[in-house]
Amino acid sequence: MHPQRKKRLHLILFLVLAVASAVGLAMYSLSQNINLFQTPTQIANGEVPPGRTIRAGGLVVEGSVERDQQGLGVTFRVTDGQSEVPVFYDGILPDLFREGQGIVALGEVNTEGLFVASEVLAKHDENYMPPEVQAALEQAHQDGKAQMEAAAKEASY
Amino acid sequence: MNRLLLFIPLVIFALMGLVFWVGLGIEDKTSLPSPLIGKPFPEFELGVVEDGRTLTTKDLQGQPALVNVWATWCPTCKAEHAFLNELAEQGIRIIGINYKDDVMKARDWLKAYGNPYAYNLSDPQGKLGLELGVYGAPETFLIDSEGIIRGKHIGDLNPVVWESLGKQFGEMQ
Amino acid sequence: MLNTAMLHLPEIGQFALILAFIMAVLQVIIPLFGVNRGQLWLMGYARPLAVGQALFLVISLVLLATSFVMDDFSVAYVAANSNSLLPTPYKISAVWGAHEGSLLLWVTMLGLWGVAVALLSRSLPLDMVARVLSIMGMVSVGFILFTLETSNPFARILPSPPQDGADLNPLLQDFGLIVHPPTLYMGYVGLSVAFAFALAALMSGRLDAAWARWSRPWTTAAWIFLTVGIALGSWWAYYELGWGGWWFWDPVENASLMPWLVATALLHSLAVTEKRGLFKSWTVLLAIFAFSLSLLGTFLVRSGVLTSVHAFASDPERGVFILALLGICVGGSLLLYALKAPTVASVGRYDVVSRETALLVNNLLLVVMALAVLTGTLYPLVYDFMGLGKLSVGAAWFNTMFVPLTVALALLMGVGAMTRWKSDRVSRLGGQLWIAGVLAIVFAIVVALLLSEAVNGSVVLGLGISFWLIFATCADVWKKSRGRLGKIPSLGVSYLGMVIAHVGVAVTIIGVTMVSNYSIDKSVRMVPGQVETLGDYQFEFTEAGTIDGPNYTSQATRFNLYKEGKNIEVLTAEKRRYHARGSVMTEAAIDVTLFRDVYISMGEALEGDAWGMRLQVKPYMRWVWLGAIFMSLGGFMAVLDKRYRRRQKKEKLA
Repeated sequence: MHPQRKKRLHLILFLVLAVASAVGLAMYSLSQNINLFQTPTQIANGEVPPGRTIRAGGLVVEGSVERDQQGLGVTFRVTDGQSEVPVFYDGILPDLFREGQGIVALGEVNTEGLFVASEVLAKHDENYMPPEVQAALEQAHQDGKAQMEAAAKEASY
Repeated sequence: MNRLLLFIPLVIFALMGLVFWVGLGIEDKTSLPSPLIGKPFPEFELGVVEDGRTLTTKDLQGQPALVNVWATWCPTCKAEHAFLNELAEQGIRIIGINYKDDVMKARDWLKAYGNPYAYNLSDPQGKLGLELGVYGAPETFLIDSEGIIRGKHIGDLNPVVWESLGKQFGEMQ
Repeated sequence: MLNTAMLHLPEIGQFALILAFIMAVLQVIIPLFGVNRGQLWLMGYARPLAVGQALFLVISLVLLATSFVMDDFSVAYVAANSNSLLPTPYKISAVWGAHEGSLLLWVTMLGLWGVAVALLSRSLPLDMVARVLSIMGMVSVGFILFTLETSNPFARILPSPPQDGADLNPLLQDFGLIVHPPTLYMGYVGLSVAFAFALAALMSGRLDAAWARWSRPWTTAAWIFLTVGIALGSWWAYYELGWGGWWFWDPVENASLMPWLVATALLHSLAVTEKRGLFKSWTVLLAIFAFSLSLLGTFLVRSGVLTSVHAFASDPERGVFILALLGICVGGSLLLYALKAPTVASVGRYDVVSRETALLVNNLLLVVMALAVLTGTLYPLVYDFMGLGKLSVGAAWFNTMFVPLTVALALLMGVGAMTRWKSDRVSRLGGQLWIAGVLAIVFAIVVALLLSEAVNGSVVLGLGISFWLIFATCADVWKKSRGRLGKIPSLGVSYLGMVIAHVGVAVTIIGVTMVSNYSIDKSVRMVPGQVETLGDYQFEFTEAGTIDGPNYTSQATRFNLYKEGKNIEVLTAEKRRYHARGSVMTEAAIDVTLFRDVYISMGEALEGDAWGMRLQVKPYMRWVWLGAIFMSLGGFMAVLDKRYRRRQKKEKLA
C-alpha cells in the first residue's frame, strides 16, 4: 500500500475507534442517567425500587402541605386521582407551587414509601400542565374507569 | 468515492422522519378520543357563580348543551369568549365550569365581557375538572339531553372548530 | 383614543406580508430561470427583488409592533400577549413573545440577510448571486406561507374584541428578552446564507476555494450572532429564573447549542476548503446540517412539537405543515447533495500530523458533541413514541458527555493552531509547546491548591486545559511575532481574531470549572434582623416590604451584605405578582464583581415575618459569559479581514 494511503487508513481507523468509544460512553451513561417518570399509582403499588432516582408527579393534594416549624422542610402528597404518595422536600419551592397544582419532582423513594425530592418543578405558566402529569392523570382515570366497569360487571352477574 | 455513500445522510434523515411520522400517528390515535365519550357526565354538587345556588348532575339533563371549562387566568378563554357570545346569540345552550378560579373574579369577568352561559358551576378546587380529565382551560364537552358526553374539544372554540363540532351538536338536537 | 382598528393597520400589515410572499416567489423563479437560460438581465432581478421582499417584511413587522404599542386588542395575538399596563419597551418585545410574532421576526430577518447578501456581493459573479438569492427566496416562500396559513399574527377577534389583553408572560418581561431572541434568530437565520452558498455551489458544480472564501465571512457573522445569543440566553436564565442556574440542558437551550457546535465545525472546515481545497463534500454537508439544526431549533422547539407530543396533537395543522416544510428543506438539500456532491477524492495530500488532520479531528469532536446533544434531546421523545414510558435525560448525562469531549477539543486547539498545513513533525511541535504544557500543569495544580486544601481533580483538569490553551496560543503568537510585541498587529486581523476566540474558550472553561466546583449555597428560613454567614460573606436581613411596579406589586426583602465586617452592598430581592395574570416571578438580587457573584433569591413567605431565602456565592460566574464575548470579538475581527475583499477583486480582474 502507498505509505500516504496507509497513514490515512490509520487515521480513519483511529477516528472510527474514537467515535465508537464516544457512542459507547454515551449509551452507557444514558442507561445510568435517565430518570424514568413514575406515576403516584406506580409508586404506591411498590413498582419503584427504593433508592433509584426517578421523576414523579401529579397534583398536590389540597390541604396536604405541612411545613417544618424550624427549617424549610415541607411535606405534601401528590395524586393522580387514584393513589396518593407523600413527598418530602427541603428547600425553596418554585413560585407556582400551590395546592391543586400539577408538579414534577426529582428524587427517590425511601424504604418507608416516602418520596424524598431533591428538586421540585412547577412550570411558570398556569395554563400549562406538565405533560407527564397529564398522561399520569389520564392513565389513572382510564384505569379507574376500567376497574369500576369490571366491578359493575361482576355485581351484575 | 462512491456516489451511493453520498446518499447516506439522506437515508438517515428519511428514517428519522419516518420514525417521527409513525410515532405521531400512534399518538394521535391513542390520545384524541376521550375515555369519557359515551359515558354519563360525572356526578357533582356545586355552587353557581352567578347566584350561589347549588346544582347537581340532574340539572344538566333536559336539552343538549355545550359544557365549557374556563377561568379568568386563562388567556385563551378570553380569546374564545367572543365566539361563545356569538353561539349563545344563536340560541345554543352553554354551561360554564369556572375552573380553579375565584368567584368574584369570575363575576367581574362575566360583567365585563358578557355572559354567554346559562349558568356557571364554580369548581374552585378543580375536583369536577379532575373527574372530567381536564388538563387545562379551555376545554369544551358536548352533552346530549340525557346528560351523556358525546364529544370533546381541547383548546379554544372558533368558527373552524365549530364547523365539525356544530354539525355534531345539530344532529343531537 | 387612537384606534388601529379604524386605521386598518393590521390589515395593511397582512397585505404587506402577502406582497412579500409574492416578491419571494418571484425571487425564486426569475433569477433561477435567468441562470438556466444564461440571461444576465433576468439574473439581475435577484438583488432588487430581495430588497423589495425585505422592505415589505419590515413594514409588516413594524405594523405588528404598532398594533402592540397602540393596544389594539382586537388583534388576537396582541390580546394574548400584551396588556394596556405593560411598559412600552415590553410591548415591543412582546412582538416576539410567542409563536406567531417570532415567526414574523424570523422571516423578516431572513429578508434582511438577503438584503445584506444583495448589497455586499458586488464582487461575486452574477450567476452565483442569482442562485444564492433564489435559494434564500425558497426558504422565505416556505416560511412566509407557513406564517400566512397557520400562524397569522394579524388575525382579529371581531366583532367583540376584549377590553384588555392577557399580558405578556412575566418571565419575558425583561431586558434580556428584548435582546436575546432577536440576536439568536439573527444567528439561526444567518446560517441560511452559508446554506444557500453551499447549495448554489452544488448546483453550479463549482465547489471550489472561491466558494469557501465567499462563505467564510457570512458563516462567521451568523456564528457571532449565535454565540452572543446563546450567552445572552444563559445570562437571562441566570438572573430571571431565580435559581442561579446558568445552563439547564433543556430542549430550548440544546436547540441553540446544536447549530452553534455545527457552525463552529463549519467555520473550521471552510478554512481547510479555502486554503487547501479539501473536505469539500464534508463542508457542504456541515452547511446543510447547521441550517437544518437551526430550523429544528426555531420551529420544532418554539412551536412545542419537540417538548410535548400533545402540542402536536392539539394543533395538527401547524405540526404537519412544519414537518412537511422541514422535510422538503432538509430532504431536498440532502438529495441535491447526494446527486451533485463531487465523488472524486480531493487532490490535496496531507500527513497524519498536519493542520488538516487537526481540523478534521476538531470537526469530528464538534459534530459528536452536537450529536450527543441531539441524542439527549430526542431520546425522551423517541422513548415516548415507542410507548416505553416517559423519562428525562438529566443534566448529569450531558455533563458526562461534554467533559471528555471538551477536554479533547481544548487539548487539540492548543496544538492545532500552531500545526503547519500539509505536513508537520511531532518533534517540532513538542519543541515549541512543551514549556506551555509544563506551565499549564504547574499553574493548574498551584491554583487548585491555593483555592482549597484538598486537590480537586476536576478543577485541576478544567484549569489545566484552559491554561494549556492560553499558553499554547501565546507561544504561537510569540513564535510568529519572533518575540517582538510591535510585530503582533502585523500578524493579520483574522489570525488575531482566532487567538482571541481561542482564549475566549479558555476563559469560559475557567468560569465553568470554578462556578461548578466552588459555588456555595444555602436555603434558610430568615426573619428581619437575622444574620447568616455563607463563605466569606455575612447576609443581614434588614427589612421586608412592598414595592409597586407599573404592572406588578412586589414583596421585597432588603439585605446588607458584609465581607470581613465591612458593609459592601445593600441588596433588594423581590417576588413580583403581575396583576394581569396573577403570576408570580422571583427577581433575584445579585452583587456582581469580576471574580464572584453574590446571589439572593426569595422563596416563600413563611408564618410571621419569616421568609425562606436562598443565598449563593458563585465564584467566576462572569467568566462564563466573558469568554463568549471574547469569542464573538474574535469572530468580528475575522469578518473584518480585508483579505476576503481584496482577493475577490483580484479574481474579478482575472
